[in-house]
Amino acid sequence: MTMVPVESSDPILVPRRVALVRPDTRPLVRRTQEKFVMTFPHLIVREIILFQIVVIVLSVIALLFNAPLEGIANPLETPNPSKAPWYFLGLQELLHYFPPVVAGVVLPGLVVACLVVIPYANINLTAGPLWPAEPDRARRTALGVGGASAFVALLFAAFQCWPVVVPTVGIAAAMFMARSARPEDRVRGFLREVTLPEWIFTWFVLVATILTVLGTFFRGPGWSLVWPWNMNVLG
Amino acid sequence: MSDAPTASLSGQAWAWLRATAVWRSIVRHGVADSNRNRSLVVFESIFLHLHPIKVRERSLKFTHTFWAGGITLCCTFILVATGVLLMFYYHPSVPQAYLDIRELQFVVDNGVFYRNLHRWAAHLMVFGAIAHMLRVFYHRAYRPPRQFNWVVGVVLMLITLLLSYTGYLLPWDQLAFWGVSVGTNMAKAAPLIGKPLRFLLLGGNIVSENALLRFYVLHCVVLPVVLLLFVSVHIWRVRKDGGVQGPHDPSQDEEEKP
Repeated sequence: MTMVPVESSDPILVPRRVALVRPDTRPLVRRTQEKFVMTFPHLIVREIILFQIVVIVLSVIALLFNAPLEGIANPLETPNPSKAPWYFLGLQELLHYFPPVVAGVVLPGLVVACLVVIPYANINLTAGPLWPAEPDRARRTALGVGGASAFVALLFAAFQCWPVVVPTVGIAAAMFMARSARPEDRVRGFLREVTLPEWIFTWFVLVATILTVLGTFFRGPGWSLVWPWNMNVLG
Repeated sequence: MSDAPTASLSGQAWAWLRATAVWRSIVRHGVADSNRNRSLVVFESIFLHLHPIKVRERSLKFTHTFWAGGITLCCTFILVATGVLLMFYYHPSVPQAYLDIRELQFVVDNGVFYRNLHRWAAHLMVFGAIAHMLRVFYHRAYRPPRQFNWVVGVVLMLITLLLSYTGYLLPWDQLAFWGVSVGTNMAKAAPLIGKPLRFLLLGGNIVSENALLRFYVLHCVVLPVVLLLFVSVHIWRVRKDGGVQGPHDPSQDEEEKP
């Protein structure tokens, strides 16, 4: 059998592939310039190493630190404070400021709804840097940013929920700092490139972190403020 | 290579094993020394077939994904393995549940180690899932065609939290009991459905033995099965959408817009 050179232009010997690539097709079809490597061994070996690292690190932690175990459950003896697991302590902290229907249902429901719509909201797909170059549009952006931040800050301030008010004001300040930034400036030049969705998401992450840390490490009997070294925080 | 006369004894043993009819019936392809056989390693294995045959070299870089989703998945495997071991020694009843956990500590060989491993892996799984979500957001990897996979990810995050939360009750100590009481009291606040939902979840109006059994079944059967289902969809879609997407690359923006 003779080998047919791949370069042969005879369509019988070397069939041509014709592909119709529509613009809404998958990105893999569009990016053909990239270098590919074999999944085995390149990816599989890395996955195995990752698994080994996770097992080893967790094993060391498991050898050094015991999981907490208190006395047997007693419905008649309420510990003060009673805390939910750490990932719910942000919500429990909100319970301190808002009625249960807001802290336990409305706000978490809003968070989940907002997370779900992220990829479907047009602004998340097309957004560029927050501050436009034209002075007119920049002024409108400033009005929007200032108005929205003030609304959120005042809303939470009405409930004296300072752990939300403070980061809201902080993020708003950073947004306005980005406006006057020159591109040469390293930190503020970086801020200039941040998009509106990124600002909002960062605000959310900051608020959630502050609430969770506050609820976990700084709340003692009767949900009063205490220093972490004055209580047992392992939960 | 293994046929070379200088091959070690173990090398010869391997070569002999690979040549046996039984081995050939299990692993049909030869040694993975050619690209054809390397692709068959992935192609012919049910455990690896969620992978493509080839991956973009760029996607292997650490900063491409920080392996956050991978860490979460590793935790899932560890949790299933240690969880099955813990189930051998656990009765979901009052007060036996608490006594069983005590026994893990003082009677069962390595019991406390496996309980610790399960507990810390659960915390790391929640952390890993959060880190993965942050990574995907800031890399804008939720953009088309990956929109729906982001939604699947949100569902996975909720399942992860529910798994962690249902497991939190099982030791039946003060921490578990009051932690779950606080959480389920919040559910009570939901208008109309809050109270019935809480009753359904707890099998009563307070956290009791019924709640322990329900949380146990949810934790060990229902939620892991649902998790497996959604994780499969999640990873399968990553592959179908052209592999993991790393940092946002403005030079490819034009390709994104038709």
